[in-house]
Amino acid sequence: MLLARRVFALAASLLVPALLAAQTYPTNKDPRSRLAAGRHDAEIAIQNMRLVSATPKAAVHDSARGLAFINSDLAFRGRYVYQGNFAGFTIWDVSDPAAPRIVSAVSCITSQGDPSIYGNLLFLSAEGAGNRNDCAKGGVQDPKDHMAGVRIYDVSDPANPRLVKNVQTCKGSHTHTIVPHPRDDGVIYIYVSGSQGARPETELAGCTNGTDPADETNSLYRLDVIRVPLGNPERAEVVTGARIFTGLDAAPRAAGRPARGGGRGRAAGDSTLPAPRPTGPRNCHDVTAYPAVGLLAGACGSYGLLVDISNPERPVRLDAKADTNFSLWHTAVFSNDGRKIVFTDEWGGGTSPMCQASSMMEMGGNTILSIDRERKLTQHAYFKIPAAQTAEENCVSHNGGLIPVPGRDIMVQGWYQGGVSVMEFTDPDRPQELAYFDRGSIDPPADVDVPAPPSAAEGRRSRGTIGGSWGAYYWNGYIYSSELDRGFDILELEPSEHLSKNEIEAAKLVKLEQYNPQMQPKLEWPAAFPVVRSYLDQLVRWNGLAAERTTAIAGALDAAERQTGRDRRNTLHALAREVDRDVSGAKDAERVKAMSAAIKALANATR
Amino acid sequence: MFHRSATATRVMYSRNPSFAAALAALTLLLASAATGRAQDSTAGMHGHGHITVPEGALYTVADVKFMQGMIAHHAQAIHMSRLAEARGANPRILRLAIKIDQSQVAEIRIMQEWLRASGQFAPDTSSWRTMAMAGMLTEAQLAELDAATGVAFDRAFLTLMIQHHEGALQMVEDLFAAPRAGQEVDVNVFANDVVTVQTAEIGVMRQMLYELSDR
Repeated sequence: MLLARRVFALAASLLVPALLAAQTYPTNKDPRSRLAAGRHDAEIAIQNMRLVSATPKAAVHDSARGLAFINSDLAFRGRYVYQGNFAGFTIWDVSDPAAPRIVSAVSCITSQGDPSIYGNLLFLSAEGAGNRNDCAKGGVQDPKDHMAGVRIYDVSDPANPRLVKNVQTCKGSHTHTIVPHPRDDGVIYIYVSGSQGARPETELAGCTNGTDPADETNSLYRLDVIRVPLGNPERAEVVTGARIFTGLDAAPRAAGRPARGGGRGRAAGDSTLPAPRPTGPRNCHDVTAYPAVGLLAGACGSYGLLVDISNPERPVRLDAKADTNFSLWHTAVFSNDGRKIVFTDEWGGGTSPMCQASSMMEMGGNTILSIDRERKLTQHAYFKIPAAQTAEENCVSHNGGLIPVPGRDIMVQGWYQGGVSVMEFTDPDRPQELAYFDRGSIDPPADVDVPAPPSAAEGRRSRGTIGGSWGAYYWNGYIYSSELDRGFDILELEPSEHLSKNEIEAAKLVKLEQYNPQMQPKLEWPAAFPVVRSYLDQLVRWNGLAAERTTAIAGALDAAERQTGRDRRNTLHALAREVDRDVSGAKDAERVKAMSAAIKALANATR
Repeated sequence: MFHRSATATRVMYSRNPSFAAALAALTLLLASAATGRAQDSTAGMHGHGHITVPEGALYTVADVKFMQGMIAHHAQAIHMSRLAEARGANPRILRLAIKIDQSQVAEIRIMQEWLRASGQFAPDTSSWRTMAMAGMLTEAQLAELDAATGVAFDRAFLTLMIQHHEGALQMVEDLFAAPRAGQEVDVNVFANDVVTVQTAEIGVMRQMLYELSDR
């Protein structure tokens, strides 16, 4: 019975319904599709946001062809933005978003250099085979110099970051995620996703490449967990490996039925093929923790995982979803209520042009999953930017985070040279784009006659330059985008039919002292008029409540705002009682209830 | 924090850096021109000739051979994928085939551009007919796939493409096992991407194959 149900569940997860009927893009009618090329003078298409600043990289990170000096991900704290780079990192002071200032640009060969910040400690993912303990160029001559794992910097003096520890891991660190200890403020965990095979034991003791996911000595098929005592970061060490992949290796089969064809059940004696490797993933590309709800979303190659992390040293897999239409489960973002997850698909690895008019629509974008009460996953729609990009633009769905608009699920993300896009997924079956920013390609189209480059250094930029937005995140009022090749962009949302002035103002009320996108914070709004009016704008936009009622409520809110003290409080309490009576007749009762709660909170906060 | 290694600063004629740079640039251009000619004359012929790695480069002969060999390897996968349409593969397998085709065409371009920018010979997409890499189909297997239709094609395609992908993973393992190989960032990122993508695709293909075996 149980087995039969599992088979059914798997079949259901594989047979994804035709969710794409509504999506006929990418289209080349979008303004983004035909922009003039250029590194720092490319044509721009922008909708419902404005470019506040575009600042080139530090010179020290701008001196080689290829991927050796590309920017990677971002982390945020105080007035600083920490930007990873394959050759080090940059600390930006963004006190003035129109003129961000480089506080330090540290050289330390660390591909891919994904950063996280926690207090005064900066963590960087190191994966590349050429990364050294001493940070230097020139590659690893002696295997004992190889650094693959997580570097820890003390950035208490942001002008002079200090390397305090290299934590070595068997698979290195492609990405990592901080999970705070549930009770001990002095301890954090770092979940490390390494996409390489295990390093040889001669390089790091205890590392083994095995094929059995359940084998406790196997370095593969586990999420490495580093424990960091914040007071003694030099004592950070790998404490366990969470075997969250076990059981994903074998496709379930109907009871008593021998498998045919290939796979693990291939007939004995068929020796024409190499020994089969297990089906399931042996690591995640990236995991996103949402500590407030005790959940983790693992984007793990051929599967998306839902994991319970209420005990961070013992993560437990709750569910896994496969989808043969989805190329590579890459990154995840939870909705603020923890009931939905957006998974991204990094088809083509980020270096290929997968948003062309001819590119497959269902791959290289996002898919939205809901989490039910039993903490099981259900897949909903796909989303891909509706603009065809050129063959010169490496493009695929990439990293992003939520924009804190109350009552809606909205995320901003980078699409490499596809630009920055804002997607709403409030209705998981009908995601839509709300705003975008895009530049033309860095390189001119291949059919354009390019004059002979004056030097080899210039020549490197003539073809195949990888660039665009690695990740775009909303933080304290602005959208920050890490441009691989060009530098650092700051954007600001502008009101439109999709997003009102009140909704943008409400988003700006959410202040986060520290923000690591892979460690998702719970967003909470203060009691404020823009929050109430956000719900009201949404009820008007989507006809969630009769027009004469929304007009009356708007008038009452204006009247309350003109008042002070007890008068305002009384007006708001009276309004809340009226709005409570609106719930039963409203088309969108939940939103009316949320508005009522926001009005009450505002009344109670009025002194 | 900035460390300069001996390797990175070891340049010929180091007492005259500008001359050294000019010479390096000239060498690069000549190398490009030479390989451009070499590519024209050896297109379709067996593989590469002698590989020279310039002083101070972070890559090795093994990296060059890996990138050259993977072009041939990918090119055969593209050939296999393009059979899917003609042989009546089921829609999901056809979609997978188109995906492999679109993915690997883009990756061949990445490999070719890396090889050319590094002054190395870049094979073209016909190279699969003359170069044999791990997991590539034998003549007999190619004939088997070519002759199959319908569900038999689906099964053969998945089985052989899994074998083909396993070979790509083997090539990456061999690359990283070679002394000092896989350190140049572009090669490193590309090789890791091959592992990530093709491991996931093997997972997807095993799932599809399992469902076929249920029919």
